[in-house]
Amino acid sequence: MDAIILQILNGLDKGSAYALIALGLTLIFGTLGVVNFAHGALFMLGSFCAVTLQKILSLSFTVEDPTQKDFLGNPLKVDTPYIVSWFGDATGNAILNWSVPLAILFAIPVMLLVGYVMERGLIKHFYKRPHADQILVTFGLAIVIQEIVKYFYGANPIPTPAPDMFRGSLDFGVLIGFAQNEIIYPYWRLVYFLFSAVIISAVFAFLRFTTFGMVVRAGMADRETVGLLGINIDKRFTIMFGIAAAVAGLAGVMYAPINSPNYHMGMDFLVLSFVVVVVGGMGSLPGAVLAGFLLGILESFASMNEVKSIIPGIDQIIIYFVAIIILLTRPRGLMGRKGVMEE
Amino acid sequence: MLGLSKKDTTFLLVVIFLTLATPILLQPFPESSALAQFNAGYPDLMQRFAIFGIFAIGFNILFGLTGYLSFGHAAFLGVGSYSVVWMYKLLNYNVVPGLVLAIIMSGLFALFIGYISLRRSGIYFSILTLAFAQMSFNLAYSVLTPLTNGETGLQVYNNDPQVLMSEGSPTSPHFFGIVMNEATKVDVGGWQFTFSNGYYFCAIIAIIVFYLSLRIFRSPFGIMLRAIKTNQTRMNYTGLNPRPYTLAAFVISGMYAGLAGGLLAAMDPLAGAERMQWTASGEVVLMTILGGAGTLMGPVLGAGFIKYFENIFSKINDNILHSWFSALPDGLEDFVVFVFHPFIGKGWNLTLGLLFMLVVIFLPGGLIEGGTRIWNAITGKNRKKKREDAAHHPKPTSHVN
Amino acid sequence: MTKFQINRRSLIKSGAAIGAGLALPTIFTSSARAYLNEPKGGTVTLGFNVPQTGPYADEGLDELRAQELAVQHLNGEGDGGMLNTFSSKALKGNGILGKKVQFVSGDTQTKSDAARASAKSMIEKDGAIMINGGSSSGVAVAVQGLCQEAGVIFMAGLTHSNDTTGKDKKRNGFRHFFNAYMSGAALAPVLAKAYGTDRRAYHLTADYTWGWTQQESIATATEAMGWETVNNVLTPLASTDFSSYIAPVLNSGADVLILNHYGGNMVNSLTNAVQFGLRDKMVNGKQFEIIVPLYSELMAAGAGANVRGVYGSMNWNWQLQDEGSKAFVKSFGEKYGRPPSNSAHTCYVQTLLYADACERAGTFDPCGVVDALEGFEFDGMGNGPTLYRADDHQCFKDVLVMKGTDNPTNEYDTLEIVEVTPRAQVEYAPDHPMFAGGDLGACNSGA
Repeated sequence: MDAIILQILNGLDKGSAYALIALGLTLIFGTLGVVNFAHGALFMLGSFCAVTLQKILSLSFTVEDPTQKDFLGNPLKVDTPYIVSWFGDATGNAILNWSVPLAILFAIPVMLLVGYVMERGLIKHFYKRPHADQILVTFGLAIVIQEIVKYFYGANPIPTPAPDMFRGSLDFGVLIGFAQNEIIYPYWRLVYFLFSAVIISAVFAFLRFTTFGMVVRAGMADRETVGLLGINIDKRFTIMFGIAAAVAGLAGVMYAPINSPNYHMGMDFLVLSFVVVVVGGMGSLPGAVLAGFLLGILESFASMNEVKSIIPGIDQIIIYFVAIIILLTRPRGLMGRKGVMEE
Repeated sequence: MLGLSKKDTTFLLVVIFLTLATPILLQPFPESSALAQFNAGYPDLMQRFAIFGIFAIGFNILFGLTGYLSFGHAAFLGVGSYSVVWMYKLLNYNVVPGLVLAIIMSGLFALFIGYISLRRSGIYFSILTLAFAQMSFNLAYSVLTPLTNGETGLQVYNNDPQVLMSEGSPTSPHFFGIVMNEATKVDVGGWQFTFSNGYYFCAIIAIIVFYLSLRIFRSPFGIMLRAIKTNQTRMNYTGLNPRPYTLAAFVISGMYAGLAGGLLAAMDPLAGAERMQWTASGEVVLMTILGGAGTLMGPVLGAGFIKYFENIFSKINDNILHSWFSALPDGLEDFVVFVFHPFIGKGWNLTLGLLFMLVVIFLPGGLIEGGTRIWNAITGKNRKKKREDAAHHPKPTSHVN
Repeated sequence: MTKFQINRRSLIKSGAAIGAGLALPTIFTSSARAYLNEPKGGTVTLGFNVPQTGPYADEGLDELRAQELAVQHLNGEGDGGMLNTFSSKALKGNGILGKKVQFVSGDTQTKSDAARASAKSMIEKDGAIMINGGSSSGVAVAVQGLCQEAGVIFMAGLTHSNDTTGKDKKRNGFRHFFNAYMSGAALAPVLAKAYGTDRRAYHLTADYTWGWTQQESIATATEAMGWETVNNVLTPLASTDFSSYIAPVLNSGADVLILNHYGGNMVNSLTNAVQFGLRDKMVNGKQFEIIVPLYSELMAAGAGANVRGVYGSMNWNWQLQDEGSKAFVKSFGEKYGRPPSNSAHTCYVQTLLYADACERAGTFDPCGVVDALEGFEFDGMGNGPTLYRADDHQCFKDVLVMKGTDNPTNEYDTLEIVEVTPRAQVEYAPDHPMFAGGDLGACNSGA
């Protein structure tokens, strides 16, 4: 029982990453009809917003300390971050410590801008082009973004820890009547889950309850008619692209402490996020979220020893296997709309 | 000739000439010159051009004609390679049994995957094929290691049965005694040309399968496939069931991929699981689109383009840059090297990514369109309208034989 | 069967293929050679095949730096580095056998196929006489096989799987790096001393051949000193999030977690394990511990504070204080402003060892080089007296047991040396079951 609860927690956590990425991807798919292979790169850029902010905050001046030696035997260069010298030890280090949550504020404008520039500068010209061309141009863009990040940050993962407050794990089992240490779960992963729940709800509320959202939903259903009503749908779609980029970026920022970011993490998620979106059904936001959580939970269950001992290697293929089953039993995924990306 | 129109015959002859003269054409710079770095006329790369050309031609039969975008074609590439290496292990190094098995196995595999995946269309089809290929890759890398040798890749060991192996038979892949990795080097002036047995073996097969695809493009079957791309619903209304046609196209293109995978192992007796990964599937998609989907020569050009950058640009390092620009004054030399540095060696991916974007932005029809434009510029615009690369952009009605 | 007939046959065939009309002023370069890519003229070309793209790109970059440095030292530029401390004095700083050393570089992408393509282009196009480098066992085994078939020498870079000099050993291939068996043999006594002999270990293992050989080696070595292996769970290569594998560990009754992962997998699994707070827990009345059997500097840097206090093993480390290591760290540090990694050391040393073997053999002929390297004993290269064993081409030398530094003073100070395990303790018989099944075969000079 405790093992099952643990894997449900794991599944929700994995699922929230999948759902956030798939949500952004499906906004672009569903609203703009663009196959965006650069979406994984946006997620990666989000993570590197956290890395960058951490670097900026720890910009340092260097003092040579003659009492210590570096590896060549020269006097050791000791770095002191400006922040620490400006605000004093306590405040300075606290700001450094909280660089990941602070990066959220940093990432929102950056990612909105990235999304805006990407849409106006490139994607705009590809709405009428075949999907194949969209794949080629966005894949090329993904490589370019990735290589630029690699040029500045190298290929090695960069540790981006969460604030000390969230280190360690919560003894979740004790709260619901289990013995100590039976169900423990890291604080930061719980934060990630709550964070993604908030973002997902916010996107849904935005689309459901604002006029802007209403127009966009109408545009998704029938772009031409909305255009005929004299509404400038293009401008709104640009904004939606920015929002999708920001959602992917935020997913990346908060993911940085879970796994140290590296330049190709976007590619690792790219294929998976397409599978999630399609399993959820094209053009359906709730479908994408549902599929994200479903696949996350199933993946966690498949990696349990009890399951693996019955079917060895099931954790290697579970996502793809489930995708096949679902697509064969439900022609348009879980909640797909008819006629979206079907030809 | 050979059941082709006059225009197609000329086209085929040009292709045959280009393919056979590749070892000379790809070696434009003398050995001693600094630009010899850009020569691509060495056996391994030429073989790759031919093999990935075959892969892309096959992929194009499915994607270019029917519009079904498979994202799992690498699975067939892998199956082909494993089949050939297994034949080496069990029989001997003759490539023929392996290649036959590769085509059969990949055909069967394609029949299975295609039968299931073609129940859906559009992106749903793409994801189904992707899922099958990724499952194959993940299993081949781990659980199926006894069959595939996992991470290390399947290779021949000295204690393998090799029942047909006799005293004098070659110890590397051969075609009835013609050993693949042997080559004749010819020095002409400052140039060195390498005529490799392996390359000509691949090249002849490539010409044959190119001819086959030309026939398919021009056949009633090809027209039917294009009709599926244009409007499947209307086809249904006329009482035609498109499924058997698309399935046939899928299996044919799977067999092409299996053949390509088999040839990879015929040139180099090793089969790695990475050949089945989604990046490999994605690569053939990129090759086809980059070159020009639906055209006959485009995918081959795309394959050559990507393989060229992967193999040539990744090998240029700062030392080579310095030697090129050593004539410049020191400060300027360093600056030029600094400017080029991000795009070469470890940055070859960046160059490739940028070129993808430039090609798709400025040449909507792919590389083949670039070729057409240059051709038109040379021959004069007035003929453009009528002939616009007729052989390459087959128009449904005018070219049926 | 003589060489000439084959050439004539291929000529006729190729000639027919390109058309009879083409005149061929033919000079056979192939029949004039004694072995493949015999250096003519004043230079000799070495091929450095390292990952330049993909997750191990930084590792490859460091290997490439070290190899460039080795070429400089061979050509008599710079301060000579380890040439001054190397026990063999055959190299004089005038290149190899009087020929100036050049190199070409290529990208393995850490994929067997790409690595072989890149190595082939070096051999076929650039005339490389040996291939050096790499950063994974899959690539090492694949390229080693290629070099054996082609007839050049292969010096493996970072490859830790037992198979490289076991099941997949080849006459033309040599490995300086240590292997999984040695990691186990070196680590086990230190672990017994630090954590006691009554421990229960839970293994997470990367699900491919290197992971399996390491898991087997570590489990055998730790079980021999009294530890119990509770479970061994295989994790998919493509995993990025290991939470679902780590979550059950605490309830399994294990009090040690052993992570048989490398590179990005290891950075993530260690980070995840620390996130779950495993190291703060008490199990069976003991402090819970994590072990990473194979360390590298770059992985330690990627995992950041999570490596603190975690044990592992390494082939070499820049903090060693012998003369050879000091000389190498000095010339590397002065050129690149950072200490070399252990894979950089291996690639540097192998370049010198290859050059030295050529000098001693008096030829670049791979078969002569193989003879010179087999059973070669040397010192002054940073790991104490070292032997290239003739039976399997594995180097035998001291192995380092490392621990994550608790209070790092600078960005390179991530790991500290706990013990230098003497060579005698990590030696094994050539027919050890973990290395069984291989066959070196005959040397191939490509003639």
